[in-house]
Amino acid sequence: MSPSHGDLLWRWLLTIIAMITGIIVVVITVFLFSEASTVLQEVGWGAFFLDPSWHPQEQFFNLIPMLLGTLSVTVGAVFLAIPLGVASAIFTQYYAPRGVAYVYRQLIELLAGIPSVVYGFWGLVVLVPLINRFQAPGTSLLAGMVILTLMILPTVALTAEASFEEVPWEYRQGAIALGLSKWAMIWGVILPVAKSGVMTGFILATGRALGETMAVLMVCGNVVQVPDSFFAPVRTLTANIALEMAYATGNHRSALFVSGLWLMGAIALMVLIAEIMRDQNVKL
Amino acid sequence: MISKKAIQIFSLGIIAPLTLQSCQQNTVTNSANTDILTGRLIITGSSTVAPLVSEIGKKFEGENPDVRIDVQTGGSSRGISDVRNGIADIGMVSRGITPEEDDLSFHSIAQDGVGIIIHQDNPIDSLSDEQVKQIFTGEISNWQEVGGKDAPITVVNKAEGRSTLELFLDYFVLTNSQIKPSVVIGDNQQGIKTVEGNSFAIGYVSIGTAEFSINNNVPIKLLPLDEIGATRDNVANGSFPLSRPLNLVTNGEEDFLTQTFINYSQSAEVHDLIKKQDFVTLSR
Repeated sequence: MSPSHGDLLWRWLLTIIAMITGIIVVVITVFLFSEASTVLQEVGWGAFFLDPSWHPQEQFFNLIPMLLGTLSVTVGAVFLAIPLGVASAIFTQYYAPRGVAYVYRQLIELLAGIPSVVYGFWGLVVLVPLINRFQAPGTSLLAGMVILTLMILPTVALTAEASFEEVPWEYRQGAIALGLSKWAMIWGVILPVAKSGVMTGFILATGRALGETMAVLMVCGNVVQVPDSFFAPVRTLTANIALEMAYATGNHRSALFVSGLWLMGAIALMVLIAEIMRDQNVKL
Repeated sequence: MISKKAIQIFSLGIIAPLTLQSCQQNTVTNSANTDILTGRLIITGSSTVAPLVSEIGKKFEGENPDVRIDVQTGGSSRGISDVRNGIADIGMVSRGITPEEDDLSFHSIAQDGVGIIIHQDNPIDSLSDEQVKQIFTGEISNWQEVGGKDAPITVVNKAEGRSTLELFLDYFVLTNSQIKPSVVIGDNQQGIKTVEGNSFAIGYVSIGTAEFSINNNVPIKLLPLDEIGATRDNVANGSFPLSRPLNLVTNGEEDFLTQTFINYSQSAEVHDLIKKQDFVTLSR
């Protein structure tokens, strides 16, 4: 059966839109590489791993502390947000009375809509002084993790809830018919079935955490160092770009585009992991 | 490299028509009628100078309704490079001229000092230059060592490329890699917020911005330097050692509109605006 005229039109329209999206990604990557090429030609890739420190004005370009900073803040936030988010989704879906669940869901959605600079400002004036009472200077990896957790929590909670809703009703009926307790049903039936949806939320949240700039810039302290404790200040790749881009020229500016490339690499890795996971789920 | 050039040409293609148009307009009015000014000025650079220049710009536009003044921030380095590349008509630079910049002409419009700030609750009232240097290089890490409370010192440093940082390093004869910061910040406001939230922090910011905050009951205080009080009066009479001129920069071949605007910015007509921004007027 040949597709109708209308279908063909849609096919072409959507192909063109998809191609534009693809081209934008390619153009951004090419732009990043061309801007980074100046410093790559002059000092080479090695400098970004082997230089003694990040002091671009003195021609030192080590980006390892920023890469580890980004990783530690992101991993920390994701590890805190996953159990909290999944627990809150289980609460709204299976335990909370209808009215409470409704109000609670609205609150979570509100949390998702707050601009990141507001989180950052709150962190700077409330959270950082609080941490400072226990361990100076307060601006720290811990502060960054807590703020990021708050920011990605709605993503985890809402996607988890959506995937719980998609679990076929018969599974639940079957579990009830077998006389399983509520918790046994959630743990043994719902969670395994909804796993791929929860995973998608996890990937989305990680992507947001990796790319978050403003809030992290305000609460992490931005000292270029490999963090040795939760109370140590760190600088992320995004904060590095935001702090210095406006004031950078020459090799310094170009080196910031290398920061951007690394960030792009990290996000590409996340997408790759997501793809692999999806394939595995399909096999199940 | 080829692709980089392509991008530059591409962006010039977008920007050039706008600037060219304004240039043509300027030259036309220049020869035809010098009483009515028309055209557009693009001014970019230092975030310290920008609020002042946009106020001056508004007043100038009020007196010359056919003129548009477009002020964008991005740091002193951007001011310099934009003027060199012809993207901006005037650059804003919050420091003196350096030997590499003698191809450009600098026009001072006001003066600002850089002062060391600590929290109001900190009992310290003065520090010697040597003590400041030792605090920032990490040799002194507890306030007790300079006669204060038994508490670790939080050193607040500025990000690479900021002119306040350059000025500070210059005065204390340090390189940025010698400084051991606990927090790295971007602009003056962030520095003030950080010290406000941490009783044991020390940082340095524009005296104008600091005095403005102190007058608005922010609990910080400015420390004297070399026994000279960090006040605007001492910056004005030239006795405060850590001060800087706020400059407008051009590439030496100003058109009539640019020239008029610079003269206006240096005239007594804008002294009230300079005072309102907590900067110091130049005595001439």
